Amino acid sequence: MQSGIAVVVAVSVSMLAGAAWAEDIAPGDVEFADGAVSAALTGKPGDAAEGAKVFVDRKLGNCLACHEVSALKKQLFHGNVGPSLDGAGTRWEPAQLRAIVTDSKKVFGPETVMPGFYSLNVGVNVRKDLVGKTILTAQQVEDVVAYLETLKE
Amino acid sequence: MNKNLVLLAAVAAVAVGVAQFAYADPVSDKLVIDGKEMITRAPAPEGHPFKEVLSGWLFREPETRALEADSFANPGMLYVERGEEIWNTVDGAKGKSCASCHNDASETMKDVGAHYPKWDAETKRPINIELQIDKCRTEQMGAEAYKFDAADQKALTTYIKYQSFGTPVKLDLAKGDMQSWWDRGKKEYYTRTGQLNLACASCHEASMGRHIRADHLSQGQANGFPTYRLKQADMVSLHNRMRGCIRDTRAEMPKAFSDELMALEVYVTWRGTGLSVETPAVRQ
Repeated sequence: MQSGIAVVVAVSVSMLAGAAWAEDIAPGDVEFADGAVSAALTGKPGDAAEGAKVFVDRKLGNCLACHEVSALKKQLFHGNVGPSLDGAGTRWEPAQLRAIVTDSKKVFGPETVMPGFYSLNVGVNVRKDLVGKTILTAQQVEDVVAYLETLKE
Repeated sequence: MNKNLVLLAAVAAVAVGVAQFAYADPVSDKLVIDGKEMITRAPAPEGHPFKEVLSGWLFREPETRALEADSFANPGMLYVERGEEIWNTVDGAKGKSCASCHNDASETMKDVGAHYPKWDAETKRPINIELQIDKCRTEQMGAEAYKFDAADQKALTTYIKYQSFGTPVKLDLAKGDMQSWWDRGKKEYYTRTGQLNLACASCHEASMGRHIRADHLSQGQANGFPTYRLKQADMVSLHNRMRGCIRDTRAEMPKAFSDELMALEVYVTWRGTGLSVETPAVRQ
């Protein structure tokens, strides 16, 4: 009986969270150790092709706003606030990339300009409709990490 | 031969860089408008994070820089003309225009705008040109205050600021509580806002000179405001631009002329101490 209620509650919570899967790790529960997040945020492996779309989309990752990627030369205007991501998949382990995309401040320190894409440690006066929401979903983070893994030197 | 090859390679690299990524340092050109040389680089005041303050003009594309340098082509000059009309037009119950009290703006308003915002003892807060205009309108003219960003507010503000064209920006922080407003403005400048968790300083200090997409990040100076912004094809007020930046961090926007934005105006204007007033500047 009690476990039945628990299931109902879990299901409604996950429905409230929109597309999130029940097995997604919540933003506050992501475990960082030595600049890495070893556990995948979702039960579904990252999809590099989807990740490339999220990476480029100005309303999602918008990663080119700050990073250049030679493989994406067809896209105009790559920013350089952050380093080039050419060879990112060689320089970093997947667990490190997951940590950086999830919440770079946990890796580079509080002064980094890079937003936390799956973090609720955000700025003040967040737009009302975005309160309690992350920039990307857990699955989108996994997809972006899979894409970054393809950027080999 | 080798030298030529190196030069050729360098030129090619620059060309590719400009076409693809447009990486560039601020230019070293001089800005001369109607024979007047603008101060676009000035030694920073004490307590400033930079050694040198730089006009946003130095960060813009050649076409944008040329548009500002040519006062016949600069679309912002139409707002100066419109502002002059408003200056001389009677409005409100008391049958007065700005000129009724202030006569010829080229004399009475000369260099005035370069020292705004300044302390207003009556309201006990800093006052900027827009709010000073409203004060005159409501108290002296029997007219209504302008709605924020009304076309006439922008035109008249532009006209008044233009009377300081070329004059170096200099605030008097010793008056009233200006220093505590400066302190608050500094705090706001470094406060990260919104879901993207960015402060003014994230872009205009830590990343100054770099690019966000096609946008070459300047020091975010106020000396050219109101400024003609090509993206909006319109005159843009300082509070409009600050609200836009804050919105882009995915934060709720503070109200124009709120304490938060007035404090920021004081602090940001101070960060441009020594730069010429460039109103109406042209930006991307």
